[in-house]
Amino acid sequence: MAGTGKAHLRDGDKVLSIEDLVVEFKVGRGNTVKAVSGISFDVLRGETLGIVGESGCGKSTTGRAIMQIPPPTSGSIVFEGAELTEVSSNAVREARTRVQMIFQDPVSSLNPRRSVRDSVLEPLEIWKRGTKEEREKLVDEILESVGIDPARAAESKPHQFSGGQCQRISVARALVLDPTLIICDEPVSALDVSVQAQVLNLLEDLKEKFGLTLVFIAHDLAVVKNISDRVAVMYLGKLCEVASSDDLYARPSHPYTNVLLDSIPEADPEADHSVGKIVGEPPSPVSPPSGCRFHPRCAYATSICTSEEPQLRAMGDGHFVACHHPVETPVKIS
Amino acid sequence: MNKNDIIQTTRRIESGEPLLDLIDLKTHFKTDRGLVRAVDGVTLSLKRGESLGVVGESGSGKTVLSRSIMGLLPSTAVKHGSVKFAGQDILGFSAKQMRHLWGAEMSMVFQNPLNSLNPLMKIGKQITEPLKLHLGMDKATATATALQLLRDVRIPEPERRLNQLPHELSGGMRQRVMIAIALACGPTLLFADEPTTALDVTVQAQILDLIGEQRRERNMSVILVTHDLGVVAGHTDQIAVMYGGKLVEHAPTKTLFANMKMPYTKSLMRSIPKLSDPSHTRLATIPGRPPDLVNPPLGCNFAPRCMYALPKCHVEEPPLTPTADPKHVYACWYPVGSPEFEKRDAELQANGYMPENISAVS
Repeated sequence: MAGTGKAHLRDGDKVLSIEDLVVEFKVGRGNTVKAVSGISFDVLRGETLGIVGESGCGKSTTGRAIMQIPPPTSGSIVFEGAELTEVSSNAVREARTRVQMIFQDPVSSLNPRRSVRDSVLEPLEIWKRGTKEEREKLVDEILESVGIDPARAAESKPHQFSGGQCQRISVARALVLDPTLIICDEPVSALDVSVQAQVLNLLEDLKEKFGLTLVFIAHDLAVVKNISDRVAVMYLGKLCEVASSDDLYARPSHPYTNVLLDSIPEADPEADHSVGKIVGEPPSPVSPPSGCRFHPRCAYATSICTSEEPQLRAMGDGHFVACHHPVETPVKIS
Repeated sequence: MNKNDIIQTTRRIESGEPLLDLIDLKTHFKTDRGLVRAVDGVTLSLKRGESLGVVGESGSGKTVLSRSIMGLLPSTAVKHGSVKFAGQDILGFSAKQMRHLWGAEMSMVFQNPLNSLNPLMKIGKQITEPLKLHLGMDKATATATALQLLRDVRIPEPERRLNQLPHELSGGMRQRVMIAIALACGPTLLFADEPTTALDVTVQAQILDLIGEQRRERNMSVILVTHDLGVVAGHTDQIAVMYGGKLVEHAPTKTLFANMKMPYTKSLMRSIPKLSDPSHTRLATIPGRPPDLVNPPLGCNFAPRCMYALPKCHVEEPPLTPTADPKHVYACWYPVGSPEFEKRDAELQANGYMPENISAVS
């Protein structure tokens, strides 16, 4: 794992292009958390990129780095032709109208003391878009399009809505400024399966309707497969594998991707539920392992894995893996 | 009644004998809005060594059900019916009486391990405390037992962990500590309330396997409460599906997955994204939201959201009906397989199981 390298970057109409992104946090006693350690990826217009990985793999940090909260330690983030790490803070502010974010906990990401309609309206007021009437008309339209009754939204606070509805409201708030890119950070992991399906379908509809590009961050592989065109698997601040969604799940090449897929509980009592290929939990990002960062937990690791970091390399059309011993035989997913 | 009576009664329950019997259990809460019928007439039986999955959406009453059995409810709760644990009715027990059962006979693993552990107390002390209290162990024996427990739940470097505080451990490790505490006094009944929702998928698999392994080794009964049918499929003997405070389907796990009768169970199953489907597969959803438990709908609770509901469903409540297998019961007038269901299903299938428009979903 571990991969650095840029073999997987593409040409084309890129909305977002990230190269050598590094995000580190000082944690005292001279220690540094190496949350993201040199990853590169790009997102084409109209594409949904899924980022999956365990807690602490740096997937949320990557999402936040795109928004410059906080700005990355090093690396380049080019959004619609502008280098976000170099422009003035005013230009970053302006860019944020076109890159929006949806967070994991829908209830706590809305102001509990304001009506939800006001929360959705506020971005338009800050940017003084149109007249008051135009703004209100737009807000009502957007609320309708996410399936929230505007009249109820005007008189209700977030706690009067369910989790799924609050997530719809967060989506509406992200949409009012007509963004190009929406970063969804675990948007459905706090929701029940039935509500999760509603929100996923809604995101697909809105993507079509508003011509959006999405970065979808989640730990649930089935959810990510459902919504993404392309998926990047992260482990301990590095990319392991990048491939089109269907291809990744049909031919997972990285041992870590295989482990992740095997761990998913299947809603079928006849299925083989014995798991146990992976031992323990991810090591600390303060002192990541040498070579391939996955090697201490990997069943296929050899001596080269401890000393040399694998580079992302092509395994097939649009399928890239950073591993010295990629799994050749496809793993069956029934 | 003293502590020894209780422990002796429970110890007589052998593997395969009924350990827990719920008869028409109702838990209602008095609120300003009126009476909330959180659990409304649940009848269940669990044998020693068996595991039961309780499945439902938020607000279905699954958590209140497990807390009613444990006696962990606020004073606004009004309980009816009976909860027989090891032969005695414990529903009316005071907190003082329940204290003899907590930890020693029944214990609970909660969803969020960080909120459930004492942040200022070392792991070792949190495990030895119940050992000293319930089993009267001295300090040295308790510490040795705690070490063994940490090994049982496969925590690396257990000696070092005894002196650590919860924040020094990862989420998965904390959940293992929670399980070690819950197992400490050898309970016969373990509740696990969404034990893996806060955890990563790799860790989730490990924790579920661990609970299953400890259940077999200790011959415990386990009640696994979750909203995820995937979690219960491989780790339970029987499944109870709850909706609006009521049991709507109850069957042995294999029977349930092979032959779902209740449209609600079927819809829950369909709304899970599947790895075998190609990406961008449209997910089936359940329109609307769970019923208001102060004013539940007339007739079947699920009827307002059910794509298969017919007029009768909106006026008359369906009773729990057995199938050919008496262990498999469901509450539905037009179950999966009935002519009315199949006719409607053919129509819906042509439509891709989609609700007619998006506003119906809010």
